[in-house]
Amino acid sequence: MNHLLGTRELSREQAIELLDIAEDMAAVQEREVKKLPTLRGKTVVNLFFEDSTRTRISFEAAAKRLSADVINFSAKGSSVSKGESLKDTAQTLQAMGADGVVIRHPASGAPLTLATSGWIDAGVVNAGDGTHEHPTQALLDAFTMRRRLHGAASRGRGLDGARVLIVGDVLHSRVARSNAWLLPALGAEVELVAPPTLLPVDTRRWPVATSYDLDEALGRRPDVVMMLRIQAERMHGAFFPNSREYARTWGLDDARFDALPDTTMVMHPGPMNRGLEIAARAADSPQSTVREQVANGVSVRMAALYLLLSGERGAAA
Amino acid sequence: MSERHLIVGAQLPNGERRDLLLEGGRIAELGTGLDARGAELVDAAGLVVLPGLVDLHTHLREPGYEQSETVLTGTRAAAAGGFTAVFAMANTSPVADTAGVVEQEFSLGRAAGYAAVQPIGAVTVGLAGERLAELGAMAQSRARVRVFSDDGFCVHDPLLMRRALEYVKAFGGVIAQHAQEPRLTEGAQMNEGALSGELGLAGWPAVAEESIIARDVLLAEHVGSRLHVCHVSTAGSVEVIRWAKARGIDVTAEVTPHHLLLTEDRVASYDPRFKVNPPLRRAEDVEALRAALADGTIDIVATDHAPHPMEAKEGEWDASANGMVGLESALSVVHRTMVEPGRLDWADVARVLSQAPARIGRLAGQGGEVEVGAPAELVLYDPSATGEFGLERLAGRSTNSPYLGETLPGSVRWTFHQGYATVRDGEVREAAEVAGLAAAAGSGDG
Repeated sequence: MNHLLGTRELSREQAIELLDIAEDMAAVQEREVKKLPTLRGKTVVNLFFEDSTRTRISFEAAAKRLSADVINFSAKGSSVSKGESLKDTAQTLQAMGADGVVIRHPASGAPLTLATSGWIDAGVVNAGDGTHEHPTQALLDAFTMRRRLHGAASRGRGLDGARVLIVGDVLHSRVARSNAWLLPALGAEVELVAPPTLLPVDTRRWPVATSYDLDEALGRRPDVVMMLRIQAERMHGAFFPNSREYARTWGLDDARFDALPDTTMVMHPGPMNRGLEIAARAADSPQSTVREQVANGVSVRMAALYLLLSGERGAAA
Repeated sequence: MSERHLIVGAQLPNGERRDLLLEGGRIAELGTGLDARGAELVDAAGLVVLPGLVDLHTHLREPGYEQSETVLTGTRAAAAGGFTAVFAMANTSPVADTAGVVEQEFSLGRAAGYAAVQPIGAVTVGLAGERLAELGAMAQSRARVRVFSDDGFCVHDPLLMRRALEYVKAFGGVIAQHAQEPRLTEGAQMNEGALSGELGLAGWPAVAEESIIARDVLLAEHVGSRLHVCHVSTAGSVEVIRWAKARGIDVTAEVTPHHLLLTEDRVASYDPRFKVNPPLRRAEDVEALRAALADGTIDIVATDHAPHPMEAKEGEWDASANGMVGLESALSVVHRTMVEPGRLDWADVARVLSQAPARIGRLAGQGGEVEVGAPAELVLYDPSATGEFGLERLAGRSTNSPYLGETLPGSVRWTFHQGYATVRDGEVREAAEVAGLAAAAGSGDG
């Protein structure tokens, strides 16, 4: 693997390998000394063209626990019209000797452009591009599901037979896209539930089912319910009338949550809008994986950086 | 001082082989075994002769965006592609919405001498879509503007569009509409469909084009005026235009070479060379456009030549500019998409790339037949040449061609404008030389 640009290109075997390495990384996190020497002398640049403190510190922790040197580069307003171009930034990083670049960018496709432009030799990790992909988020979601389903016996396994409901603003969600490719590759059955305005116009090529009725979908007893963040500003684009109607129709409110079996996982990529797409009771319940997702994010990102930058494949050191 | 050429053994659009003597800016003789009488001999064995190509949709960028293109460099690109006339779109800076600006462009074209430059006037002041520009003043100016367009923007206000269509009847004008419903395309980045959802790029739905065309043909019918639809890109638009023509509505339509050849699949690379407005569409649309050009529903091919500097076309997709250069490649793309499959013959190519655009634009002295007495506005094309389309084929200031690295058929060997050669045996002539010939030709016919 030279770059991690999306989950769409990942085979089942590659994904399981990465999740298994993340298990090894998680095991290291339980030791007294959490740091591995694997990437000593390597430089990882967190290149963020969009604010995201959570994702940045997760990558920063991952790189540091692998002993890499970390440079945080915040470059807001990247386009030709608004200051430094992607090309100039990339050439700057190349000149500084970056081995890995973790890029977050508001434009879909920017990580691919960076990886294929010839401007830079570094391995590129997509930390979220526009409304396209956010592969490490999907990988940490899969990792979290696999641990909850299989516990200590997770290694080597996929998510075969798991039924996952993803609810909310699919149209604008890179998290939904990356999960829609990755989870079916791992054997899960995925259903996307959203108002029709917040689904892409044509998802027939996606390996997922779609529907509009949350109550019906919850009635099918999914194993996982993943709620996506909804931006209240979407009502100005006439995607839905107002946040009250959205919450009533597509939110995981108390009544819907109470009707779920205790075994149903409740997931959210964060940050949550409590009371809008998810009620506090659901978010804070033992069924919620929200805090695990954060912890697992570091392990999964360690695995990704390890695979890209250590120059070897297989088990972690 | 004017040049004389004897073109020997060219294949006419109708397939016959003839010699042509060009003299005094006209085709003086047409026959076989013509006597050179001191004229320069042009060996046209294996070459097709067509009336000089006429592009109804070119962006020359001058005044205002000279880092992308100038009238000189744009018409040099035109000559390289076999064009002898270009209609220059109005989105310059200042906008071509007054007699002064269109006369300036017209004069720059005359002075450069590579091709006739026929300015297009803006429909609304500053392309802002709020009030009519001085359409009459531009029509009565030395530039004799007959085509009006806010291209780049749609005249979306239905009342303004109605009035514009009505008003230009006074001088035989036509409104060339960039059909794009603005609200349906806010932030749009590519064709809306399965692929846009996968790539996470905001969609440009076909209905945003089709609904405007449907409205405009009905407006044109209601006020009895003439409508031209720019860069038709969808199968649905073809159906609307077909319906309108069957109903007797006075509508004409153009398709670009890139919409005849390329599909939205190219966008998966996020390579901004493939970013264009309207966007590349599905294979079904490409097929519908080819069928419509073959059956006459679409009247002409126009390039939408849109030069941009490198820095506007090599970053992230969202921030990159829309547009492709197309003058130098147009004939080869039409050859590939329409002639090779047998859907058009060379007489049809003469119609869709020369005669019909000149007629729609009411441009005299261009788009004639290849016959005695016609102006010596001609192109000699070698259909047998095949090769990689490389940078050496580009003669304008910008290189944002989607065809670089592609194999395309054919090559322009000679272009004649006002009787003199602007392209000689595949080489574009020097600017100073061409300007001198133009000055001489201009003084010749007063």
